[in-house]
Amino acid sequence: MSALAAPGPVRVQRWTPLSAVFTGGLAGVVVVLAFAPVVFGENTQNNLIQLYFLVILAVMWNALAGYGGLVSVGQQGFIGIGAYATVFFSLQHSLNPYLSMLIATLVGGAVAIPVALVVLWLRSGAFAIATWVVAEVFAILVSLDPNPAIGGGTGTSALLPFTARYTPTERLHYTYWAALVAVAALLLLLFALLRSRLGGALQAIRDDEEAAASVGVRVLLGKGILFVVAGAGCAAAGTIIVAWQLFIQPLGPDSIFGVDWTAKMIFMVLVGGLGTFEGPIIGAVALYLLQTYGPNDGVWYFVLLGGVAIGFALLLPRGIWGTIQERFNVQLLPVGHRLRTVSNGKGTR
Amino acid sequence: MSALLEVDALDARHGLLQAVRQVSFEVAEGESLALVGANGAGKTTLLRAIAGAHRPAGGRVLFAGRDITRLAAHRRVKLGIALVPEGRRLFPNLTVEENLRVAAASRRSGPWTVQAVLEAFPLLQPLRHNRAASLSGGEQQATAIGRALMTNPRLLLLDEVSLGLAPVVVDGVYRSLAKLLESGSTIVLVEQDLRRAMGVADRVLCMLEGRIVLEGAPADLTREQVTEAYFGLRQVAGA
Amino acid sequence: MIWVSVIVHGILLGGVYALLASGLALMFGVMRIINLAHGSLALIGAYMAYLVAEHFHFSTYLALVLVLPGALLVGYVLQRSMLERSLRAGQLIPLLTTFGLLIVIANLLQYFFSPNVHSLNMGAIGSASWQVSSTLTIAWFDVLTFGVAVVVLVGLELVLHYTQLGRELRATAEDADTAELVGINARAVYARATAIAVATAALAGVFYGMRSSFDPTTGADQLLYAFEAVVIGGIGSLWGTLWGGVALGVAQSIGAQIDPEYFALAGHVVFLAVLVVRATVQGRGLQLSLRGAG
Repeated sequence: MSALAAPGPVRVQRWTPLSAVFTGGLAGVVVVLAFAPVVFGENTQNNLIQLYFLVILAVMWNALAGYGGLVSVGQQGFIGIGAYATVFFSLQHSLNPYLSMLIATLVGGAVAIPVALVVLWLRSGAFAIATWVVAEVFAILVSLDPNPAIGGGTGTSALLPFTARYTPTERLHYTYWAALVAVAALLLLLFALLRSRLGGALQAIRDDEEAAASVGVRVLLGKGILFVVAGAGCAAAGTIIVAWQLFIQPLGPDSIFGVDWTAKMIFMVLVGGLGTFEGPIIGAVALYLLQTYGPNDGVWYFVLLGGVAIGFALLLPRGIWGTIQERFNVQLLPVGHRLRTVSNGKGTR
Repeated sequence: MSALLEVDALDARHGLLQAVRQVSFEVAEGESLALVGANGAGKTTLLRAIAGAHRPAGGRVLFAGRDITRLAAHRRVKLGIALVPEGRRLFPNLTVEENLRVAAASRRSGPWTVQAVLEAFPLLQPLRHNRAASLSGGEQQATAIGRALMTNPRLLLLDEVSLGLAPVVVDGVYRSLAKLLESGSTIVLVEQDLRRAMGVADRVLCMLEGRIVLEGAPADLTREQVTEAYFGLRQVAGA
Repeated sequence: MIWVSVIVHGILLGGVYALLASGLALMFGVMRIINLAHGSLALIGAYMAYLVAEHFHFSTYLALVLVLPGALLVGYVLQRSMLERSLRAGQLIPLLTTFGLLIVIANLLQYFFSPNVHSLNMGAIGSASWQVSSTLTIAWFDVLTFGVAVVVLVGLELVLHYTQLGRELRATAEDADTAELVGINARAVYARATAIAVATAALAGVFYGMRSSFDPTTGADQLLYAFEAVVIGGIGSLWGTLWGGVALGVAQSIGAQIDPEYFALAGHVVFLAVLVVRATVQGRGLQLSLRGAG
């Protein structure tokens, strides 16, 4: 039999039984999690809030690097913008803090547009450093701002807007739900984007940018959309962080604009699996577990974190999910396409 | 006399595609072998597997009696195998002379030096200090061959040296090759142009879909035989 | 007239950045690796020099004789053991590896050296300065640092253009596969590049440790400035790293003169401005070609 014979009728399949079950299950989990404040105590809620913003950050960084090929070392700029905008609107303009969080998220997306115009033209190395510099510029501008609500170099707090309206327990509950809604909404948004034509375009860009452009893929527009979504998403994470920890500062080791945030994003995405939809979620869980149950001593916690990072880079470079996906040809969330020949049951990617 | 190069039941994949299927042949020292076949027949993959740039899925490659199947490419160069890759693949920002001198990494001694290469390819002499990227196709091809020669190879592999070049230029390239052949070098050459291939080679191998479908000295093969093997006409008619 | 002093000091500051950046430029130019741990390696160089100087009662400069070969070895081993594998897995994995290294090194340094601040002895040259005019005094040590930066960069350029190793490095950087086909052992070449890069980092760390005090947390800012210098100067150009450092140093000094709080901001603004101008001048073509048919 010659290899030139046609393979027979094929159909394009997006959902597999496994992915349908999993996606349904995931939606169910979200619903269940919504009841957490009723069922679980303070500690669990605090922990879950942390997990949620880690997931948001991981998913956003992966969207940029894994799907867009954009390695940004400056997403912390948007985290800080989200946090500070929340404080600004709720403190300065006395808006409801949760409404401020929503506006702050949109502000993050809006700010991403001019930033994109400056940085998206750059090649990867220059792009990475430029995004870092932009984040630093935001941090410095905030630290120099004389507005007392912003607090300059010493930082500011969202305490007042919250305590004026809510008891600590209410703040915890509402922040929890806001975080859950944010995670779910952003995951849904990204999921929809990746299943849309943009997703196909991004895959093409990832594979071969020039070829994609030559068939009419609007490369810069695609990357621009991703960048704006990531800006808004990281800002959303920033709003949750400020709602949760209340006090933020622009400079110093615990800065809301710190490059540590990017370091965490790199860790989560590469440990979970770059370029997969499920990977960053797994990576966020991994970091969260490390943070919660790892050594309490600062130095050894970081040594462990660094060691895990190196271990994964050397032994499991595709990340947890990437390796599983490669080995078992599994996909839980249907963002790709599978080509199945109708005669036999085996699909190929 | 044992063969210089022996390929034994070689299998090579290109992604999911089987590019080379169970290919076996020998090349004696001093012989020139032409590999012909349509695009996608597996010729480039085969050459790359011999040179060490492509990992075979099965089979063996033996050089001067030694099994080099798992040997890294740069080690094979040190043993005396040199590949002139498809598309020339010069180092674009290095000058012609630097492209030649960088091949001294092989540390093999022999008649080929920068001076010797420039004498063999006089067109390169005035271009010695020019960036490789600024050269014309023919000049690049000469440099690429010269670069391979700088490693003083026992076995020279040439992949599609006439591709993309004007016929006049190709004539010049083949004149240089003829001189090489006269001096007794062992050459395996992949060539799309049947006439030229059969003009220089001692033996011709025709590949189709990864297999060798015809083998023999040019004098013993008719044009029809080769054309049929090339396009696989007889196969389809009979299948 | 104060501005002359500001600019001169900015230029000399640029030398510090260029020295630190030279290793970054080398690793990125040859292997496309963004070494996030570069600053940490520089810091290790400073600490090693401190230990050697203390233990053997050497001057800092003599300590360099032991520290630099050690750094070469560390770089070689680092590449062969970790970075090589990371590179094979893709362009982004070295980011994870070097990030891991950065954290491990920073925290191990903290464990062993505690938060105490250390400093390296500059020797006699430390107090020597040249009073050029009433407004301009130049410290000889700063000139020395600038000179070392120039020597390193010239040295690297010479190696790249006039030695076999340099040719092999450049060839491998352009096309590693074809390099292997002409007999170059790409992995050994990369390892030598990293060795040199780490040695320059250690050298930069030692000079930094002489001009200011250091502790385990030092270096994050400096790393960013070094990256800025590389990018301003044009990735892939060693000379560019020098003038990139100078441009940055001058911008920062001018900014600081206007208001000390503007020090870093001035540098960042110049950085972004250079990129925007460069992208506008070259980028229009890029933008049009990437739009494609759509």
